[in-house]
Amino acid sequence: MRSPSFKNWFNSGEPYIWLNAGAVSVSLIMVVGLVALIMVRGLGHFWPSNVAAFDYTDDDGSVIALAGEFIDTESVPRARMPGDDSRIPADSDIIDRRLVRIGNRDYTGFDYRWVLDAAMHNLSYPDNIMAVERYEWGNFYGYLTAVKENGEVVDADPDWESFQRYIAESEKILGEIHHIEKNLIGAVNYEMERLRLRERGLVLNNEPPGSPAFGEIETRRASLQEEYNGYTGRLTNLYEQLNRASFVATLAGGQEAELPFAKVVRAYRPNAMDVWDKTVFYFEKLWEFVSGDPREANTEGGIFPAIFGTVLMVMIMAVLVTPFGVVAAVYLREYARQGPFTRLVRIAVNNLAGVPSVVYGVFGLGFFVYFLGGAIDELFFVESLPAPTFGTPGIMWASLTMAILTVPVVIVSTEEGLARVPRAIREGSLALGATKAETLWRTVLPMTASAMMTGLILAVARAAGEVAPLMLVGVVKLAPSMPLDGNFPFLHLDRKFMHLGFHIYDVGFQSPNVEAARPLVYATAFLLILIIICLNLTAIKIRNTLREKYRAAEQH
Amino acid sequence: MSDANTASLLPDFNSAAAQKYRYYRHLKDVMMRYMMALGGISVIVAIVLIAFYLVYVVVPMFKPPDIERVASYPLPAGTQTETLYYAMEEQREIGLRVTTGGSAVFFRTADGSLIQQEFLTQETLADVTAFAAGDPSQRLLAVGLDDGTALLAVHEYHVTYPNDVRVILPRMDWPVGNTPLIIDEAGSPITMIAAQYDEEQLTIAALTQDQRLLLINRAEEESFFGDEGEITITTSRIPVSGQVAFLLMDVEHRELYVAERGGLISYYDISNKAEPKLVQRVQAVSAPVEITSLSFLSGGISVLVGASDGSISKWFPVRDQDNNYTLEKIRSFDSQSGAITSIAPEYFRKGFLAVDDDGHLGIYHTTAHRTVKLEQISDNRLLQLAIAPRANAMLVEDDTGAVLLWDIDNEHPEISWSSIWGKVWYESRDKPEYIWQSSSASSDFEPKFSLTPLVYGTLKAAFYAMVFAVPLAIMGAVYTAYFMSAVMRDMVKSTIEIMAALPTVILGFLAGLWFAPFVEQNMPGLFLCILLLPLSVIVAAYCWNRLPNQFRHGIPAGWEAVLLLPVIIATGIISFALSQPMEIVFFGGNMPLWLTDELGITYDQRNSLVVGIAMGFAVIPTIFTISEDAVYGVPEHLTMGSLALGATPWQTAVRVVLLTASPGIFSAVMIGFGRAVGETMIVLMATGNTAIMDMNIFEGFRTLSANIAVEMPESEVDSTHYRILFLAALVLFLATFLFNTIAEVVRQRLRVKYSSL
Repeated sequence: MRSPSFKNWFNSGEPYIWLNAGAVSVSLIMVVGLVALIMVRGLGHFWPSNVAAFDYTDDDGSVIALAGEFIDTESVPRARMPGDDSRIPADSDIIDRRLVRIGNRDYTGFDYRWVLDAAMHNLSYPDNIMAVERYEWGNFYGYLTAVKENGEVVDADPDWESFQRYIAESEKILGEIHHIEKNLIGAVNYEMERLRLRERGLVLNNEPPGSPAFGEIETRRASLQEEYNGYTGRLTNLYEQLNRASFVATLAGGQEAELPFAKVVRAYRPNAMDVWDKTVFYFEKLWEFVSGDPREANTEGGIFPAIFGTVLMVMIMAVLVTPFGVVAAVYLREYARQGPFTRLVRIAVNNLAGVPSVVYGVFGLGFFVYFLGGAIDELFFVESLPAPTFGTPGIMWASLTMAILTVPVVIVSTEEGLARVPRAIREGSLALGATKAETLWRTVLPMTASAMMTGLILAVARAAGEVAPLMLVGVVKLAPSMPLDGNFPFLHLDRKFMHLGFHIYDVGFQSPNVEAARPLVYATAFLLILIIICLNLTAIKIRNTLREKYRAAEQH
Repeated sequence: MSDANTASLLPDFNSAAAQKYRYYRHLKDVMMRYMMALGGISVIVAIVLIAFYLVYVVVPMFKPPDIERVASYPLPAGTQTETLYYAMEEQREIGLRVTTGGSAVFFRTADGSLIQQEFLTQETLADVTAFAAGDPSQRLLAVGLDDGTALLAVHEYHVTYPNDVRVILPRMDWPVGNTPLIIDEAGSPITMIAAQYDEEQLTIAALTQDQRLLLINRAEEESFFGDEGEITITTSRIPVSGQVAFLLMDVEHRELYVAERGGLISYYDISNKAEPKLVQRVQAVSAPVEITSLSFLSGGISVLVGASDGSISKWFPVRDQDNNYTLEKIRSFDSQSGAITSIAPEYFRKGFLAVDDDGHLGIYHTTAHRTVKLEQISDNRLLQLAIAPRANAMLVEDDTGAVLLWDIDNEHPEISWSSIWGKVWYESRDKPEYIWQSSSASSDFEPKFSLTPLVYGTLKAAFYAMVFAVPLAIMGAVYTAYFMSAVMRDMVKSTIEIMAALPTVILGFLAGLWFAPFVEQNMPGLFLCILLLPLSVIVAAYCWNRLPNQFRHGIPAGWEAVLLLPVIIATGIISFALSQPMEIVFFGGNMPLWLTDELGITYDQRNSLVVGIAMGFAVIPTIFTISEDAVYGVPEHLTMGSLALGATPWQTAVRVVLLTASPGIFSAVMIGFGRAVGETMIVLMATGNTAIMDMNIFEGFRTLSANIAVEMPESEVDSTHYRILFLAALVLFLATFLFNTIAEVVRQRLRVKYSSL
């Protein structure tokens, strides 16, 4: 009995149960594996890996010196490699190769290359090799040789500290330039544009040409122009200071390169860093990632505008979706007469949650952007026509579309919450003389608050991850200005915005340099997953506590 | 306790303040009710609006066009001479009438008043004996004279805006000079002519009175020095027999059609001007029917043959396997009854207008194979017809000497049931096909709006996703709901909920950038893994079963899934470790290449297998959650009864639980299918998005949703393309709505059933 024969055991159906259990295990492994994969690839990117220097026999037989970071390794069957290669030992069926980030795109033409392990010699990790992150042309790897000012060598053997001081100084100047260009001049330009529109509005209203309103605009414009001239003067000055210093470095291959400090984001010597240094560096990079602006066609730098755009869009959506969803649910559950009509509506609402999101995008584009937006432009923004203001995709339409997309979630969740409120509590309130509105307002709705919250969180989680409709109604790969800034009226609902999900799609699939962009896409994906998992876990938690609470309320 | 005491303690119930307060409360109550009703209904209306708005945008596509007569006036420049040709300029303000007398008369289309008159014969004293127009969009006119010469003219319109008012000045231009070109050295009068002219060359085909068909080509070589290039003139003679009635040359100077009234069309290849070649003679109509009108469709590929019985047929050269062209009848329109007197092709679309002897006007579209409109517009014979370049107006001359100007409002002629869903024989293709190709660089491109390949791609994607998702999700759901321990069930359900919330853009990105190359590299491993997984689970289960009891009892029932985790991970690792050795041994080191070479299966890196697994991943939680609910809801007394009667847990699960929950599982699958059909980002990122129709699992496809996402931002508002994308969205909407409704109804019934059990 203890050990039945295989046949008996098989016939008992036991293996099928195990197979079913296997299905659960496979699903679990897939979910955990996927999150882990994204996490490892996304977070690993910021760790400063060591820079290797080695000699490499190229496919034409010449030996070159290369330096760079190892990104990836793989083993490939020989049959997949193109042609014959004398470098590969004849008896090996599987070839090991590595992806090296060799940087120096401006000198070599490409950042990344695959190298065969068999053709690498003299691999070393020299302490003095440095990696330089630049604003243009990607990373630079080389050995520091000299520092120049105004084209003259001022330090033929610079120490690392003084080199860093130069970088810090240029960074300070760059910060100032950025402030002037973006904030001060940006504000001037913004007001200029508003003046132009006001002037055009006056012309459209048939204001006589000599009227004082025009004069006012002219004076203001003159003072703005003066302000602008002041800024450009300061800028010229700053640029002069910025471009003074440069440094000379030797590439792995032996050539010398001169780089201005103005183009340097940071420079470091990973091989000389200990674990603590690397950890500090890691968090610096991580911080840059979440708080910085993107560089190099979104393949480097940070994703702050995308985070900001996502959050703002979701917040506007939440403001729109909560009242409407709750009102609809309350109406359906508390006021409407229950019957075939409400049942039908409920089915419809449920089904709308299953309608493909891209359909909402099509609706948003057609109805909100072209139909409503076009009408708004003709009524209120005549002076800027034919350039559309609201008649073009923007954050308001994106939020509205998302609100329509997620309103079923809020309705369903709130209704569920309303249904769970015990009858006794309602009746108690009514028996004490409260009107229906008071019962609802003072007892029922407060008890439903957490259900609403759950609905809202789920709606937010869904909206944060949805991309297809946004592609039609307002997301762009690179927004020139944020939808929220220091210029009146501060919140610019007509502006386009960046979005984490779209960022992933765009950088991963539309970017010219996919190899360079990939780690950042993983990091962005991890951030998005993190946000969404947190939101969902919160929702699940709230729902579970809620259930417990009602179970308790029902028992009393 | 007296009443007085109570009264003094409580405030007066009926005091003015209390009444007022009660009234106020009542008012609030009523207001709240109305506000809630208003708000609730408006939200519901707003949601329902989506469907209506989609329909609202789609419907105009199927509306018949409107035509309206706006003016009628006697022939401009009198009735002494007959009309050869009419044309209109782009703004449809100015018309051109060419007469047998050789005069070109510009007139206002609104009232027929004369603007300007020029003589196409210029200074020669010869008479016009033949006339032809080139491609309408190039506005070329050619006249053959009675001394064997010909002249070419172009009618031009110069638009200026003095004081913001549009002024259009018409004039005649002479692209090759205003002295006649000698066509026939012998000086025989030219009775018929066809001409095309572009920057590089000029080709004229002319028939002389003594029945010689001459072909003259004048090509201008680009000179290196930028001055006048070298001119080469090639002439040749094409032998003809029979009474030539129509002569047509295509805009690319490559084909010449010579037609007889009796219905015989000779198709010549004139790409080599020195040696024109007769390709084919074909009887387009058979006696007693005669050809009464012959015209190109825009683009110069298709020929429209109007016949005396009112039928119009479309022909174009079709290439066979041996690269030989034959002229084939593609489709015909039999709406009109009178002899077709004039055919006017639209300038930029594949539509045309035709008028006949009975006073009927037909508006047609060839790709859609659709008679868009047929209307009796006059009681008289209609002689001449011209369409405005933007296809928004036409000029018609009848036999009473009147010219009629009609407005045409015909926005979407290219849409018909057959052009959206059926096989269509497009120009330059060798057979009818389903093609989606919405735009191209050239302006006379024939848009191919077949939604069939997109629907096919959508269903293919959904099918492979379901193949992957359904077994996993349902098996997992049965186990979770019926066998799993409660503690673990909570954990699993939370994890599955997380899985449902994962943004599809992330799944799509992983599928496209990580999984697709991974599959290509490790294909044998993947198949081995799929094969080994069930085996390894069963082996592991048997081994567990043979373990001593004290081990087995250490872990309670319902935790099998956890026990299997290491087994499955190990199986996966082993399979993929074996991948490369297997590939080298069995598939020559490159399985995708092996598939292509040995089995003839095309392999794309981003293929249906990748999408199936990625989208399956997205669909699993949907199916899992709903079927798990259904299985969990099976009343316990049923399962207890079954077990009590001696059934094993598995028998109970299959024969009682699954059977009872099957409607719920069905609805889960429906909802999952609906989700797979509408999923956008995964298919957009994980396939090549080419609209092919092939069930091959190693090739890609293009789905409705991805198509919308790709093309919608670039489509022009209210164009046919825009509306057809709305139609695609509507199809998606209705399909998912249908699936979900069926699922919902089934679930509701199930709920009723459970509560009655």
